[in-house]
Amino acid sequence: MLLSVRDLRSAFFLDEGELWAVDGISFDVDAGETVGLVGESGCGKTIVALSILDLIPYPGRVVSGRVSFEGRDLLDLSPEEMRQVRGAGIGIVFQEAAAALNPVYRIGDQIADVIRLHRGLDRRDAKREAVEVLGAMGIPEPEKRARSYPFELSGGMKQRAMIAIAMAGRPKLLIADEPTTALDLTVQAEIADLLRHIQGEYGMAMLIISHDLELVAEMADRLMVMYAGRLVETARTKELVAAPKHPYTQGLLRAIPVLGAGSDTPLQGIPGAVPDLLELPSGCTFHPRCQLADDECRLEPPSLVDVAYRHRCACYKVSAQT
Amino acid sequence: MVRTMTSDPTAADRSRPGDVLLSVRGLKTYFRLGQGWAGKRDVVRAVDGVDFDLQRGEVLGLVGESGSGKTTLGRSVARLVEPTAGDIRFDGGDFRQLSGKELRRARRQLQIVFQDPYASLSPRMQIGQIVAEPLRLHRLVPPSQTKERVLELLGRVGIEPYFIYRYPHEMSGGQRQRIAIARALALEPELIVADEPVSALDVSVQAQILKIFLDLKRTDGIAMLFVSHDLGVVERIADRISVMYRGLFVEQAPTDRLIRSPLHPYTQALLAAVPGGSSTAGVGGEPHRQVRGEPPRATEELRGCPFESRCPLAEQVCREVTPALEPKGPGHDVACHRVG
Repeated sequence: MLLSVRDLRSAFFLDEGELWAVDGISFDVDAGETVGLVGESGCGKTIVALSILDLIPYPGRVVSGRVSFEGRDLLDLSPEEMRQVRGAGIGIVFQEAAAALNPVYRIGDQIADVIRLHRGLDRRDAKREAVEVLGAMGIPEPEKRARSYPFELSGGMKQRAMIAIAMAGRPKLLIADEPTTALDLTVQAEIADLLRHIQGEYGMAMLIISHDLELVAEMADRLMVMYAGRLVETARTKELVAAPKHPYTQGLLRAIPVLGAGSDTPLQGIPGAVPDLLELPSGCTFHPRCQLADDECRLEPPSLVDVAYRHRCACYKVSAQT
Repeated sequence: MVRTMTSDPTAADRSRPGDVLLSVRGLKTYFRLGQGWAGKRDVVRAVDGVDFDLQRGEVLGLVGESGSGKTTLGRSVARLVEPTAGDIRFDGGDFRQLSGKELRRARRQLQIVFQDPYASLSPRMQIGQIVAEPLRLHRLVPPSQTKERVLELLGRVGIEPYFIYRYPHEMSGGQRQRIAIARALALEPELIVADEPVSALDVSVQAQILKIFLDLKRTDGIAMLFVSHDLGVVERIADRISVMYRGLFVEQAPTDRLIRSPLHPYTQALLAAVPGGSSTAGVGGEPHRQVRGEPPRATEELRGCPFESRCPLAEQVCREVTPALEPKGPGHDVACHRVG
């Protein structure tokens, strides 16, 4: 097992109160595997990534739990050791490449920095390697692009450069947080193809975080659905899409206007809105929006239990099938 | 199998065949950028010559990627930005010639719902005031009946009466978008220009708002120019779809026809890029095909076909002559030299 997260809890300590963005999450990622983490805005999915990398901004922090990567407990590492893990062990791609790239350094230099830091190459070799990585990410004229500043690149090219930086340290795990969200449809498709391609090439594991269930379903072996700080359902992709068990997952799949479904296919939203993490409902946090909810659901939050082979669900109304 | 050409009976009553509500011809909207080097000023050709008609009660979906000009086209039609050239005939009148009082009166019939419900509602007004404002400005109901009408409008969009004293910041994105729709409805418009009205919302909420738009179409027979980058959303509501690329329409057709048998290489690429694909595979289906490159900059004067640089079928004529939109099937127009 490459990455193992156990009962992770992360909170922000605000003047208005404690905001539990991640409230007891456990999952594993095996070497070479692609896992998708999906959920709507504000469900805490990005904070899961930031917790793993110890990058949660003040006033938030990981409060409890265990994150082990290649057998080491990441939450016990010193800041210096953690820096080595970020980049060399775990690479990250953020949604806004424009904000994540340094605007005053050339693209090639930003990649070469990572290579020198994590792979110990000298300046000249690192620069040569940087050009090679850019080329491998499908950037045309990589020598020329290595000398460009971020503002000179289109949105799609910036995201490729961002992925190049993440891949430059040859990570064993790539975490991609909404890697295609800010991009146009045709460019989105290119970046999704690139991620698939480099995974085939380098064989690293991927954790893809997105609000777009359709996109993640095309890339991931397994899916995890998150709602208000907790995982509500996990299963192999095909099974989750074909036979979702949790009422939230079912609602989410019904709400997606799948292209080609025809205009008279009824579209169903989920009543209500995603809850404010500062004012979470009691018990199962989905209960105010759930058709099946009864008194039991309002008391204690349900835990994630096996409901089918490699299929876990957190709902009192879903019983195990044998 | 699925037909969208025939609209619902209620809408059909209102839209007699050939009853054109909006007619746009040769519309161009250019933006001049700031002073460039050596006095050179770039011009962005956001809308670069567009023609279309919209029947009463009809919903035209306008799709395209960012920078394609779809938002500017919607705003130009409403004259929120002044077009550079072209004609807009709305409800029989020359909409571009109107000014002052006449324009205000005409705008009653033409309402807009924007993408960002956080920016489009005044943060200092209560919900009730926001919805009452258009009623008051256009003197549509006597003051004594305003509240009753506001509650009726809020009911239409699924907002409980006790919300009238709340402020926008107390409401979720979906609720705000409902308010924006109620405000547009207050004037009983013939046409709503909806600019990415569900794009900022979560999927579970998006479907709720889309259902309200469907209700306005079916029950009130309101015509719409529905701008969106999301083809799945547009498929649910539009009778026809126009595909925009670099300020031009490259293809337009009845919804099912466009989605099931697109002819323009760009439309095909766009549909193939949708996760799940244009096939009926849906969620978890086969991965999409790859399309390369990005659109040309709209600051350069167009020579040849705007899609030429990315098109797998491009040949010499495509580099030299800009193709015109020509009929290639029933209600199906395509601007491409290579489509037979």
